[in-house]
Amino acid sequence: MSKAVSALGGVSHKGFVEVSEAGLQGMITVRGDLASAKMKKAVKAATGTAVPEARRIVIAGDKAAAWMSPDELLIMVPYTEALATVAALEEALAGEHHIVADVSDARAMFRIKGAKASQALLKLCPVDFETLAEGEIRRTRAAQVAAALWKSAEDEFSLVSFRSAAGYVFGALEVSARTGSEPFPA
Amino acid sequence: MSTRLQKGGRLIDRSKALSFTFNGKPMKGFAGDTLASAMLGADQMMVGRSFKYHRPRGVVASGAEEPNALVGLGEGGRFEPNQRTTTTELFEGAVTASQNHWPSLEFDVGALNDKFYRFLPAGFYYKTFMFPRFAWKHVFEPIIRQSAGLGKVPQSRDEDRYEYAYAFADLVIVGGGIAGLAAALAAGKQGKRVWLVEQTANWGGRAVVDGVQIEGADADSWVKETVQALEKMENVTLRTRTMASGLYDHGYLLAYERIADHTPGDGRPRHRLWRMRAGHVVTATGAIERPLSFAGNDIPGVMLASAVRDYVVNWAVSPGDRTVIVTNNDDAYRTALALLDAGLVVPAVIDARPEAKGELPQAVRARGVRVLEGHGIAKVKGGKRVTGVATCIQAGEGAELEQIACDAVAMSGGWSPVVHLWSHCGGKLNWDDNLAMFRPDPKRPATGEDGAAMVTAVGSANGILSAQDVLADAHQAVGGKGTAPGAVSEAEEPLMPVWIMPQGAGPALRFKMWLDPQNDVKVSDVQLAAREGYESVEHTKRYTTLGMATDQGKISNINGLAILSDSLNRAIPETGTTTFRPPYTPISMGAIAGEARGEIFQPLRKTPMHEWHETHGAHWEPVGLWRRPYCFLRSGEGVHDAVNREIRQVRNSVGLLDASTLGKILVKGPEAGKFLDMLYTNMMSTLPVGKCRYGLMCNENGFLSDDGVVVRLTEDTWLCHTTTGGADRIHGWMEDWLQCEWWDWKVYTANVTEQYAQVAIAGPNARKLLDKLGGMDLSKEALPFMEWREGTLGGFRARVHRISFSGELSFEVAVPASEGRAFWDALIAAGEEFGVMPYGTEAMHIMRAEKGFIMIGDETDGTVIPQDLNLQWAISKKKEDYLGKRAQERSFMASPDRWKLVGLETLDGAVIPDGAYAVAEGYNANGQRNMQGRVTSTYHSPTLNKGIAMGLVKHGPDRMGEVIDFPVDNGKVVKARIVDPVFYDKDGEKQNV
Repeated sequence: MSKAVSALGGVSHKGFVEVSEAGLQGMITVRGDLASAKMKKAVKAATGTAVPEARRIVIAGDKAAAWMSPDELLIMVPYTEALATVAALEEALAGEHHIVADVSDARAMFRIKGAKASQALLKLCPVDFETLAEGEIRRTRAAQVAAALWKSAEDEFSLVSFRSAAGYVFGALEVSARTGSEPFPA
Repeated sequence: MSTRLQKGGRLIDRSKALSFTFNGKPMKGFAGDTLASAMLGADQMMVGRSFKYHRPRGVVASGAEEPNALVGLGEGGRFEPNQRTTTTELFEGAVTASQNHWPSLEFDVGALNDKFYRFLPAGFYYKTFMFPRFAWKHVFEPIIRQSAGLGKVPQSRDEDRYEYAYAFADLVIVGGGIAGLAAALAAGKQGKRVWLVEQTANWGGRAVVDGVQIEGADADSWVKETVQALEKMENVTLRTRTMASGLYDHGYLLAYERIADHTPGDGRPRHRLWRMRAGHVVTATGAIERPLSFAGNDIPGVMLASAVRDYVVNWAVSPGDRTVIVTNNDDAYRTALALLDAGLVVPAVIDARPEAKGELPQAVRARGVRVLEGHGIAKVKGGKRVTGVATCIQAGEGAELEQIACDAVAMSGGWSPVVHLWSHCGGKLNWDDNLAMFRPDPKRPATGEDGAAMVTAVGSANGILSAQDVLADAHQAVGGKGTAPGAVSEAEEPLMPVWIMPQGAGPALRFKMWLDPQNDVKVSDVQLAAREGYESVEHTKRYTTLGMATDQGKISNINGLAILSDSLNRAIPETGTTTFRPPYTPISMGAIAGEARGEIFQPLRKTPMHEWHETHGAHWEPVGLWRRPYCFLRSGEGVHDAVNREIRQVRNSVGLLDASTLGKILVKGPEAGKFLDMLYTNMMSTLPVGKCRYGLMCNENGFLSDDGVVVRLTEDTWLCHTTTGGADRIHGWMEDWLQCEWWDWKVYTANVTEQYAQVAIAGPNARKLLDKLGGMDLSKEALPFMEWREGTLGGFRARVHRISFSGELSFEVAVPASEGRAFWDALIAAGEEFGVMPYGTEAMHIMRAEKGFIMIGDETDGTVIPQDLNLQWAISKKKEDYLGKRAQERSFMASPDRWKLVGLETLDGAVIPDGAYAVAEGYNANGQRNMQGRVTSTYHSPTLNKGIAMGLVKHGPDRMGEVIDFPVDNGKVVKARIVDPVFYDKDGEKQNV
């Protein structure tokens, strides 16, 4: 495992907010019947959370379950636990039509930190940050590539993109966060 | 002379002087000036020359409608042509230059055009340059291109940066005059999310200049108090320097914020394009004053009456000591009062109406100014600036009655509401005969997705001109509670529409009456267009150029279509307006591009090994948004040599290919086998677990769309490899069928393309290299050709596929992408004793061509079916159906005459040019030579040391050994023999070891 490195090796930039690559993150795609008892049990066992409602993310410590589509979830666990979680999910969902895929290495994750974090993001993502609810995940785009984002802490957003586009996403975040370019400076 | 007054100027700060230059001449202005006010303050009346006749041009207006006063602004990386001086804020050190003249503004050779105006009428391009025919291309067009266009094209890379921002609001109010402010106040109090945007740097619009009283105080103080109140409301966002440029469906509004135009180089983005989603839009965009059409109305010093009082009141700039006012309405008398208040002289007010007895005219008379009722201007005197006017009877033909010396003329032909945003999405207009204006028809607004109005026009933009009515309209339009702010302004008598002055003017005068001073369109041009049959206003616009270019006819359109209507003897509403299209005023290309420039112009997708490639001489090739190494250049080596070296290494020892970009899609479920049998032409359901199979995908028209190796992972799980470019497309294709057509099939897909780094290890030493890493038995017995195993290879979690695209012993190994770089490094280190080196896409392409393997995008182009490529072996005969099957049975697809894949070998060993066609006997109905085939891939093979090619040839497989002709450049013909497409190791002995 020590050979594993994230796409940008944890690069960061401080402008009017700080943007950084968050490093390796275990991520698992699960598709199936989100309403089934088996699914609820499997998700609970994997993350300690319930199956999220539409457009929600439920976070429990260093794990989370996020709604991706009517039949798809994104399960997040520490990178080192991803393989075991995949196996556990497979076992828990056995006998029910589903797919479980480890996508930990297919993604890059970013954190945007600061009181004006949303002001950097609103230059790239067509998202209404004023009405983005607590616990809401938004599949959207960051400039020209697919992304998903949510408020992960007070004054902090997390953003996920595909690994191959990580350099592009970080570049766009860096430009957007440059000091003096706050859309609402006051 | 225009000059700066000693006192006044509500927008300027006399304590902050700013220097700038115009055509190299140093000038001074003050903070708060626009370039136009600063130039006028420095007596620079003439600012440029017109487009066609190169006539002297000066400032006409004080805002966005300005047609004339355009300059090239800035230098080098900050140079931009056609900047409107009336809307550009002055900043320290501004460098400005006039446009459209040679050699100088004062002396311009192009002005000769003006002497020949009779030969340059509307549509002269179409009439003049017809004969001789060859002359258009060689003589006329080059000359016209040389003289066309206003301003210069920037030559340097733009030094500034730009950005987008997304915003959402219940209500976006456009225009920060008293209407917009009153609407924002009323809506803000209701708790709505409100944005109020104003294109200039200042709030208040016209009312603050026109001496309106609001709530018992000067409009100025009401504006300040209201802005302060709005700033305190959390739900209200205020933006100055932000122009709403266009309204689109579903309340999508673009607004152009000029962040740093007035502070260039301060590090902030220059412009920001707001992409807003508005629940509703209120246009409080005001109105634009219309010029009057009299002879010489284009001479510098002739200005709109409202602009003259703007310059006096806002910037303490006098257009001259003596200003004659010419009008058809009462409002222009406010200009007389403003000039008198500033201590300037108004020799006369020339009023076209038979009688002017309203409150404002009487007030002007009371101050001793002559008011000439029923009069007009016969002609303006002067060349590069106004020296006087000759008066006449408006009802007559222009016989001169009296000459009045003056320095400026302030004209007013009435007002036109700014209906652009209202109209962008389909809002309709009515003609108001009393006010002589097109105004929004509230019964026919642009509608949203619910069928209700998406836009409401308020205030002057709604055709309401008195301050008290404007405020009431704005307040009521947003459902304001209580009473609207009250206002007091002078009562006005009706205007009299005047489209030509004097009304009976003959040709000589009409030739000098400008409608569009930027493009030099005159009353006579529109009348000529009408005589020549241009009845549609849209056609007339294009024929005469009326209302074209940077100002889009903001002051000229209504006058022009009134003249057109008059010439065609029909009412103005029958003629109608041209289409209002975004943007309202020009926006920068930078703002349109946003952040997308340089490194982030577009996404560059990188594999985990990208940086290694970059530091090892990768010569890149774009593949979709990826960049893949075409080859790896060593010091002093050419591309061709590098490719040959890489191929020799693979054929003789072992090479590495970064194949991470290949698409990888998981397909799982009880019906996954059935699904894949439909998608691929061959059988995938019967593939045993542990094995790989090459498969073809066609679209429903039968044409080959993608190919790749399918891997059976478990009883109900397959992994489908796609081409690099096909990864997202094929995943979408699968989901399309699963979601829209076969929604009841139990199949899930997941695109795991980026989860794995994949490396092809190819060459006779491939197994030896992998055995050095150790951990898996990769012997021929343990892992036969076209099978796969999972295990740990040198400590990496690996899935090893024994597949070959090069014809050599070859393994494709997938490891987690996060470990891809470490795995690559391990291969490079372990392979040292075999001289291992990476190979690029070109070596890969050549090696597969040597083996006669087809390539999607080379052998296929959207018109090729698998049968054309002799791939019948990969088409299942047993299956009842697959996508494309029925299409391939159509007579044309099944025809034996289709061109089919063969190998081609030149007789002299040379390389045939790519895409070359083989000719057949005879000519077709169009007199073109008949064709019998074409080259689809062509290379120099270093392995065989000769040119090899694949191509599609009519009856090709039946014509082995036959020589066909490929005519290439300069009448040369390349002769090539039809051969088997497998040039290398036909029996596959090399890959099967």
